[in-house]
Amino acid sequence: MDAAEAKVDGNAIGGLLREIFVMEMTTAETTCASCGAVNPVGRVDVYLRAPGVVVRCPGCEQVLMRIVRGPGRYWIDLRGMRCLEFAASE
Amino acid sequence: MVALNQETPRVASLVLDVPEWHGHDAGQHVDVRLTADDGYQAQRSYSIASAPEDPRLQITVERLEDGEVSPYLVGEVRVGDKVELRGPIGGYFVWKVENSTPLLLVAGGSGVVPLMAMIRHRSAAGSKVQARLLYSSRTADDIIYKEELDRIASSGDDVTVAYTLTRAQPSAWKGYARRIDRDMVREVAWPKELSPMAFVCGPTSFVESAAGLLVDLGYDPLRIKTERFGATGG
Repeated sequence: MDAAEAKVDGNAIGGLLREIFVMEMTTAETTCASCGAVNPVGRVDVYLRAPGVVVRCPGCEQVLMRIVRGPGRYWIDLRGMRCLEFAASE
Repeated sequence: MVALNQETPRVASLVLDVPEWHGHDAGQHVDVRLTADDGYQAQRSYSIASAPEDPRLQITVERLEDGEVSPYLVGEVRVGDKVELRGPIGGYFVWKVENSTPLLLVAGGSGVVPLMAMIRHRSAAGSKVQARLLYSSRTADDIIYKEELDRIASSGDDVTVAYTLTRAQPSAWKGYARRIDRDMVREVAWPKELSPMAFVCGPTSFVESAAGLLVDLGYDPLRIKTERFGATGG
């Protein structure tokens, strides 16, 4: 497949993130640990066909987050994200 | 599933009666999961096409020949069959009628589906927000919702629809006949001075090119919301 078409965005992982955080997360704000850019999850770059899910900063392409879902288990690497901010559920 | 509407040769809308559905916002999607007899599961996201006001949920699916889920949803599933879904999902790529600035919708192929939910929401809620849709398809046969869009556009209800056909055009075609470009966007899009809200949906390369053209026109990047389908693995 064309590499450029392999990229989608954070809207595509709204379901996965809701499994993990148990709330709507595409409006959550991410802060890139590398360039400091702040973007809602709906705007970040997402690659679904890596081993697991790879989320990158749309500005500098730094890896913000990696999520691997195995049988009955998640592994989440958040090193590239300085902050993930979202509204508390009521 | 309570009804199946074949929209184009490759695209169908599934009308679903979902018990305990608590409503959705225009622009949201659902995840559909299929489970084979041996337990193998495949899951894909599909945009909701119906307005929040519609009592029945409708999703529109494009059949991709090498897909794992869409060939089942377009071709095999029958009225009365059960479909496993979760949702609604998403809060970023969402439009509500309370948002009163002019609306610009830009669709590539089946990227029109969540934008159709916004147009239907606008109509169902009796909203007077001015809306324009720029919709790119390959051929006339690939235009989804054509009849309904033409009806809404000709009803004098402040919705305009501009089509472009990139691959082949019927004779006497009055729409555009090329890929979306700067001149086309300038002709169709609201001037930036009106502070329009833009939603762009389609294949990744289409979305990036259309969003780039809007930024060049002076649109505020924070008021351009995009949803990329990728090459779409349905």
